[in-house]
Amino acid sequence: MRTLETLGCLKKFCLGLTVLCGFGAAQPIAAQQAAAAEINLYSYRQPFLIQPLLDAFTAESGIKVRVVFAKKGMLERIRAAGRNNAADAVLTVDMGRLNELREAGVLAPVASPVLNANIPAHLRHPDGLWFALTTRARVALVSRERIGADELQSYEDLAEPRFKGRICMRSGKHAYNVALVAAMIHHKGADAARTWLKGLKANLARKPQGNDRAQAKAIYQGQCDVALANNYYMAKMATNEKKPEQKKWAAAVKLLYLNQGESQNGNHMNVSGAAVVKGAKHPAAAVKLLEFLSDAEAQRIYAEVNHEYPVKPGVRMSDLVRSWGAFKPDTADIEAIAKLRRRASRLVDEVRFNNGPTS
Amino acid sequence: MSVLAGRPPGRPPGRFWRPAAFPLTLGRLALDPWVLGALAVAGFVAAPLLAVIWQALATSDDIWSHLAATVLPVYIRETLLLMTGVGVGTFIVGTGCAWLVTMCRFPGQRVLTWALLLPFAVPAYLLAFVATDQLEYAGTVQTGLRALFGWQRPGDYWFPEIRSLGGAVWVMTLALYPYVYLLARAAFLEQSVCVLEVSRTLGKTAWGSFFGVALPLARPAIVIGISLVLMETLNDFGTVDFFAVETFTVGIYDVWLNQSSIAGAAQLSLVLMVFVLALITAERLARRGRRFHHTSSRYQNLPSYRLTGLKAVLAFAACVLPVVIGFVIPALVLAGYAIRFHAETLSPRYLEFAANSLGLSAFAAIAAAVIGLVLAYAQRLSQHPAVNGVVRFAGIGYAVPASVLAVGVILPLSQLDEAMDGATMTLLGIPAPLLVSGTLAAVVYGYLVRFLALSHGAVEAGLTKVTPNMDGAARTLGAGPGGALKRVHFPLIRGSLMTAALLVFVDCMKELPLTLVLRPFDFDTLATFVYQYASDELFEEASLAALTIVAAGILPVILLSMTIVASRRGGTAP
Repeated sequence: MRTLETLGCLKKFCLGLTVLCGFGAAQPIAAQQAAAAEINLYSYRQPFLIQPLLDAFTAESGIKVRVVFAKKGMLERIRAAGRNNAADAVLTVDMGRLNELREAGVLAPVASPVLNANIPAHLRHPDGLWFALTTRARVALVSRERIGADELQSYEDLAEPRFKGRICMRSGKHAYNVALVAAMIHHKGADAARTWLKGLKANLARKPQGNDRAQAKAIYQGQCDVALANNYYMAKMATNEKKPEQKKWAAAVKLLYLNQGESQNGNHMNVSGAAVVKGAKHPAAAVKLLEFLSDAEAQRIYAEVNHEYPVKPGVRMSDLVRSWGAFKPDTADIEAIAKLRRRASRLVDEVRFNNGPTS
Repeated sequence: MSVLAGRPPGRPPGRFWRPAAFPLTLGRLALDPWVLGALAVAGFVAAPLLAVIWQALATSDDIWSHLAATVLPVYIRETLLLMTGVGVGTFIVGTGCAWLVTMCRFPGQRVLTWALLLPFAVPAYLLAFVATDQLEYAGTVQTGLRALFGWQRPGDYWFPEIRSLGGAVWVMTLALYPYVYLLARAAFLEQSVCVLEVSRTLGKTAWGSFFGVALPLARPAIVIGISLVLMETLNDFGTVDFFAVETFTVGIYDVWLNQSSIAGAAQLSLVLMVFVLALITAERLARRGRRFHHTSSRYQNLPSYRLTGLKAVLAFAACVLPVVIGFVIPALVLAGYAIRFHAETLSPRYLEFAANSLGLSAFAAIAAAVIGLVLAYAQRLSQHPAVNGVVRFAGIGYAVPASVLAVGVILPLSQLDEAMDGATMTLLGIPAPLLVSGTLAAVVYGYLVRFLALSHGAVEAGLTKVTPNMDGAARTLGAGPGGALKRVHFPLIRGSLMTAALLVFVDCMKELPLTLVLRPFDFDTLATFVYQYASDELFEEASLAALTIVAAGILPVILLSMTIVASRRGGTAP
């Protein structure tokens, strides 16, 4: 039968697949033998941002860090792998992801005197399930020309009719905006938050789009007068030597901290953080990495290179960030806010925020 | 019931009659190695889709009532509008250009035959970036217009918003029309001149022959092209997210990531799958079993209408525009940024990423072509509804948002990991290598699942053009199914196989979401390298790698074009 030939072909194909698996397989086995000398990291943060830190860690400890960078599917990968999970630690850019991992039960508690000393209690999980490594403020960027001195003071102001057609925003579904809406629900309740979000939507100058920098660019171009952005974007635009046009965008706007009044809660904050994965094959090395990232040297790099706020008390902010002055951060329970994320995301749907101002 | 059990009179020995009743054919089904092989392979490819369905069975936390009351109508409306726009757009551009360069002579026509495929090398999300970079309020075009006319503010003039549904239709039409062009051109090239000549002698005009004869004959190929385009449109996230268009796929990701419901996301994906299957079935019913085969074996050089004057200019303009907007301008913009920002991204590992991309894509391309051939040929042999059904189902992986599909790939592989690890620990006392985190097997598997529709579609398009009489003749002369495949079909559809492999190759080079989720630690391709910048709209820094993806696609695209021409029997084509 000629069909045997075909089966032969199939066999060869399967053999090929096996060989392919084999050539990739050499790595993990070697890895298991050199167990202590490396860790595997899932990162929601872009490699080019964290590589200098990881290189410094490897130089100091001799532990190699192998990374997979992705923004989706990591939780599912950890969960599906079960006891075969290969990830030791995760790095995230938003409290929501940390909380999601915690709720899924894939994080391991860490008891480390170093971490506890470096990170203030409200910026880590009580049982050591997650740790914030930096904080960032969601601030207002306003046109220097078209916004008066006291015209905008709070997030609530953004819903006032005087801002009609003057606000630019990133997608309402972006993690940073969802977190802000969640904080609003936390402080004011869902109904007040909905009314606020409706008012804000009515004031939009255009359909939500682009990243945080694109909002500053829109103000520079005269499309709108007010935008919300994470503070470090302002610093990165202002110091961008490779793209000098971004310096113009930064020069066109003023950075405002919001809700600074006596009776107000302070400026909304988010965190970037890290956690050790349950069942990690190299737990000690993973804890070592977290400790390193929370310590003075790494915290200084975070502050200088990425212009975030270090969590370790006493580490200086970058000069530029300091030049914006002291401010009152919102110190509400960040995990409680993260738990409201789903509710917040639905609120964004309910007011059809992403449809923009017209509907 | 001798008619059912035996061979219909007048049929050649072989398997070319449609089984009359399902139960009666089960016995034959079980014994046929081709059919069994096809079912096994299709099942292997369909496993991740089944995993998605399995996930959809979990409770989804009231997602549906929330969606139905809020944004579901928006998702559906935007998706249907986008599909309609891109479907019509790619049909007009793809079929129109294919007809012009195949049947007409005008200046530049020879170069355009392959140049029209070039936009295929540009990932849609890069085209979206370049279009925005040029056309948004702060972009080159509007800034220039403002300087020219002295406008100051947005209110001073009207300019279409590029970050919109319309913008997405344009960008995706330009990025995807090559599928339709490719298949339409292959079909036009393979048409016998006799048929066209007959239609002309019977009094049809050139346009009449096109609409009355050439187009219907090419319909299966064009339909495959457009269905590929529509599936790609459905699964796209990068472009629509960038343009702030809220399609169904955007909704799927929102439910998954913002509302933490993978079950809800899987349920939405399931709806998408059913929708695609319904579309495919509807088209097949509309064709109502009509088949389009070429019965003449006379092939000679195709006639060419020599266009002159205004007609030549118009034809040239129509064919050159998609190439300029879809390839030349993006490549130039990217090259400009690549030169300016090469210092940022030219890491020592850059060559490694390029090698990873090429190696993975080449392997997946060959494997996909082989699988496509096995499935298409087994379908042809058996004509069995069970085989057809499983193969059609396996092919809809192309329409599923790729990150959701990636989770579907992880689930069965993790089970396999668990089983293999248990086995090796018991038998050998050592842990087994992990498929999911430790090897590239998961990535290749993902590519095969995602791109089966491409490879199978291309091979199937080639096979349908081979008249069943050929099979009959081969079998009458004593060849078995394998022998007929080797000696009759393989030489006839070599071009289609090559097309299948090249299509999958270029698509794997561009592939991002699956690679991101499925790759092992410390492994990057050009696309994942681009993504770390592109994910924060830092496209300038990513330009060098992006340009490499585009450049790597050029050679296969030219090969593709040569393959199509060479596949025309009986002489050189224009």
